[in-house]
Amino acid sequence: MRRGFIPGSCALLALLALISAACEREERQFRELPPMSGRQNLPVRLTDLQPGQALPSRIGGGRYEGNAFAISEGKRLYQWYNCSGCHFQGGGGIGPPLMDELWIYGGSPRNIHDTIVEGRPNGMPSFGGHVPDDQVWKITAYVRSLSEQVPKSAASGRSDHLQGPPSEQYRKLNAEGRKLETQPQKARQPG
Amino acid sequence: MSAEPIERGRVAADADAIAEDRRRLEETWKFASGLWGWLSEVSHTRIGKRYVVTALGFFALGGIEALLMRIQLARPENHFLNADLYNEIFTTHGTTMMFLFAVPMMLGLGVYLVPLMIGTRNLSFPRLNALSYWVYLFGGLFLYAGFFLNTGPDAGWFAYVPLAGPEYSPGKRVDIWAQMITFTEISALAVAVNLITTIFKKRAPGMSLNRIPLFVWAMLVTSFMVVFAMPAVMLSSLMLALDRLVDTQFFNPAQGGDALLWQHLFWFFGHPEVYIIFIPATGIVSTILAPFTRREVFGYLALVLSLVATGFIGFGLWVHHMFATGLPQLGQSFFTAASIMIAIPSGVQIFCWIATLWTGRILYRTPLLYVLGFIFTFVIGGLTGVMLAAVPLDLQVHDTFFVVAHFHYVLIGGAVFPLLGGLFYWFPKMTGRLLSEKMGKVSFWLVFLGFNLTFFPQHILGLQGMPRRVYTYLPETGWGDMNLLSTMGGLVLTLGVLTYVGNMLWSLMAGPAAGDDPWASDTLEWATSSPPPPYNFQYLPTVDSRYPMWTRREDQPIVTGLRTDRREVLVTDLLDAEPDHRDVLPGPTIWPLVLALGIAATFIISIFTPAGLLIGAVPCLVALIAWFWPRGDTDLKVLKERA
Amino acid sequence: MPAMSAMSAILIPDWVGRHSAIASAGPQAGRIEGLWWLMFWVSTAVFVAVMVALGGAMARRPRILGDSEPPHALTPEERGRMNRLVGGAVAVTVVILFVLLVASVGTGRAIASLSAPHAPIVKVTGHQWWWQVEYVDAVPGRSLTTANEIHIPVGRPVLFRLQATDVIHSFWVPNLHGKRDMIPGHDNEIWIQADRPGVYRGQCAEFCGFQHAHMGLLVIAEPPAQYEAWYKSQLQPAATPVTARQERGRQLVQSLPCALCHNVQGSQASGKTGPDLTHLASRRTIAAGTLPNTRGNLAGWILDPQTVKPGNHMPANTMASDDLQALLDYLEILK
Repeated sequence: MRRGFIPGSCALLALLALISAACEREERQFRELPPMSGRQNLPVRLTDLQPGQALPSRIGGGRYEGNAFAISEGKRLYQWYNCSGCHFQGGGGIGPPLMDELWIYGGSPRNIHDTIVEGRPNGMPSFGGHVPDDQVWKITAYVRSLSEQVPKSAASGRSDHLQGPPSEQYRKLNAEGRKLETQPQKARQPG
Repeated sequence: MSAEPIERGRVAADADAIAEDRRRLEETWKFASGLWGWLSEVSHTRIGKRYVVTALGFFALGGIEALLMRIQLARPENHFLNADLYNEIFTTHGTTMMFLFAVPMMLGLGVYLVPLMIGTRNLSFPRLNALSYWVYLFGGLFLYAGFFLNTGPDAGWFAYVPLAGPEYSPGKRVDIWAQMITFTEISALAVAVNLITTIFKKRAPGMSLNRIPLFVWAMLVTSFMVVFAMPAVMLSSLMLALDRLVDTQFFNPAQGGDALLWQHLFWFFGHPEVYIIFIPATGIVSTILAPFTRREVFGYLALVLSLVATGFIGFGLWVHHMFATGLPQLGQSFFTAASIMIAIPSGVQIFCWIATLWTGRILYRTPLLYVLGFIFTFVIGGLTGVMLAAVPLDLQVHDTFFVVAHFHYVLIGGAVFPLLGGLFYWFPKMTGRLLSEKMGKVSFWLVFLGFNLTFFPQHILGLQGMPRRVYTYLPETGWGDMNLLSTMGGLVLTLGVLTYVGNMLWSLMAGPAAGDDPWASDTLEWATSSPPPPYNFQYLPTVDSRYPMWTRREDQPIVTGLRTDRREVLVTDLLDAEPDHRDVLPGPTIWPLVLALGIAATFIISIFTPAGLLIGAVPCLVALIAWFWPRGDTDLKVLKERA
Repeated sequence: MPAMSAMSAILIPDWVGRHSAIASAGPQAGRIEGLWWLMFWVSTAVFVAVMVALGGAMARRPRILGDSEPPHALTPEERGRMNRLVGGAVAVTVVILFVLLVASVGTGRAIASLSAPHAPIVKVTGHQWWWQVEYVDAVPGRSLTTANEIHIPVGRPVLFRLQATDVIHSFWVPNLHGKRDMIPGHDNEIWIQADRPGVYRGQCAEFCGFQHAHMGLLVIAEPPAQYEAWYKSQLQPAATPVTARQERGRQLVQSLPCALCHNVQGSQASGKTGPDLTHLASRRTIAAGTLPNTRGNLAGWILDPQTVKPGNHMPANTMASDDLQALLDYLEILK
């Protein structure tokens, strides 16, 4: 039994890693967060640095980032709530594109969530009273999957409609010209 | 290999020469020892036993899943399982029972028994056989690893698109299902090819086509069905995996794909699959009947022709799973006729078996009880099958519990009953120990009554309108009582299976020794010791009737002249089994296991990235090169050593 | 068995409806039921015959064999007799199967022949996990949309156009007809006729995901006059609030998440992805045949739909108790 110890423990570690990844990816969560929970009306912020007392972080966070089911729910809601009406399939049109690396109001899950909930100048409506908070988080996770910010194994596959863009999980492999106008984020910060 | 003349005649040598022969055979054919040896084993008896034990393990898992479902359905609006878990469990149950239990179990029995029954030393391709087992094992472990990681497939064992497609089954659950299919199909195809060549070319001299044991005929027909049916599902599961991973559009109607294409491909495999499970079972029934009626099985030719007919017609009725999809009237009539027609060969078999019982002197031992139970349940299942072939009636009961009841009657009644009887019958051959007859009978009655109590009420539930694959139902529907009855039947059935397993464990530890031929049977596997030695027979037997053990003469010729210092077997011709030439079989090697690992790596990685095919190709290539690396003429080496 | 189904029909509450393949209420289900009983009795006879043969074999005392004969072989007389018996049994089997084939094909043709000119056309779309129902009329103003409850006139064939936009579902009202799949990309049609007024339950019969178990619908067959009245009432826009609380309820429907998915004709709520609520209060059930449509159930459903149907697409809503009561007041007037 001795000689099997090292490979055995390696296998165990690999298994544990697999378990944690698989568990997050495959969870189907039906009981939602209470609607409108965690709403705080705080200014848009792209950094944690600030004078005086620290405020709650507006960066990072995000539920469902690695959860395939939630991301696919987000994809469905993105269509149902007509996000595609302005942002199209992520390439942007009336609204800004979502599949590039440029985020006017921040690209962290929290930032995107707040953008959806609060709305932004120049056309982004506020969905705070209409879309339950849990669904906002799902849409957030999906929006981030458009720019490959979630694990590829959790991103959505192709849809059963007319050909859209390549699916979120397959995008990198065949879309070389994807990064449309990649610029350092600072250069385009508002204000 | 040049064909040297092979003597047929009683060995006139003295006892010393016989002992020397045996010593040499033992050395040449000995099972590899140690862990390494265990991993590189290529003996068909060892691998066959592994198949049987592994398949029984998966049977237990599938059974536990069935029990969980029955507990959930015992009461309306029960909260024992939630919808998500229930879907995973019923999918895994169906997948396990079809792909990991029934088919491998039947093929595994064939792997164990066919070489013994036809009087040879091993299968034609021993290393391919080892590969097939490892691939099957990894496929099964893979499915259950996924299941316990909450990645169990949840779109049904039929995985209809679009539900199983990328949009409605996010995550990797269905990918695991699709790849597991490929694992088990590779394994089944390898076994099928192996069995076909072995049956065609390795039969004992004198075992012409019309003397092949019925079980071997059944395995032959099954193997051919595997060869023609499995590619359809491998293709479709590959298409599904491609749709899910790399954006192909095979099943996307908006892009010119078709959701019905999946159903056609799947059922073109799925219906023959039922016969792939059922035909070996009929072989078991025919095998058991002879020793326990002390008579030849009536209607050998009719039985063989029925098997072959079933094998052909079985491919012509897949559409009866799709009557509700809205087919043209004429097409429906065609498939109704085909589906009804397949009742004829089944009827012929049932009548022949009853005729055998009628003419024979029945010994009511446990294996025979299972055969009687089989006839009872299979006739019911067959009759409901005829009902389902009628389009109008099918439109009502399709996808209801009536269908659940029907196919459990044909699959448990028609395949598992003979299998339990067969395992009881061959257990002494495999282990050298007898099972307890008393416990065997108790387990039979528990299984038989429990089974009928579980599944008969489901016919009524189906007619009352209870659909399949529902995780619960409304209390107001009035289905609660029948469901409760069915669940109680499930508990009795479980008790019966546990008794059976307990019997096996008891026998392994304390069962009485069986001897070579405890049932006074008719086929060649009983001509050697129990369990058989690694070389199966010291001298390959010859055959001059369908019942070689019953007609064996004192001066029955045996095959001599095969070399004992290498793994030599006799090759005979297809029709009359006249000795033709000699063939050398390879010995133990680790490379099939390595190749199986490579295949597993390929499939598992390619769930996450298409690059998995390239990554996995490396170990596969290495293993294949090593496996087929020419090692010179082993014959010459042996001669040199001796000189 | 008929007695049993008759008994259960008495016990079943109105909102559940009758649901059985062997209690037909229409010509097609009737013919299928006839075929079923034919097959049932033929099968019973065959089963009994086979069991008698098997029992005979088991009860029989076999002939004692002489020493000279090989123990396993049949004598020529035995063989001849068995050949005749087995051959006869096979011949009878073939004849019976042929009769059943003819009966089956005949029934199939008969149930497929139902049709009528100017029949009402009902387009049913299967969604995860509810049914969208549209009555199609050549005059656009006479088309209407509802959900999960289909009214049809008694004694007239009705054409159902079946389709699905997400996964495969199967439309099945066993008391009226067999099932027909709704397959994305393959639109299907089925003619149905009810001969007796009544409430008949249907349920999705193709596995379609988490809530396949709770995807029911009701078909309500009523005399033509009653049907016409129902149709007229459904063509009306939603009722206008009378009291202040009802008006508050309408405001809430428009401002809460409701309006994103649901449509209430004549208000600003015009979502298309959820069931149409214009005449919600006229329906017998909510949540696709899962709960009777009562004020309490409606409240529970709005607040916490994931307990009733875990996995369905309706999100939970929280609101003040006053708001909830106002909302319910409004929903209750949507007759």
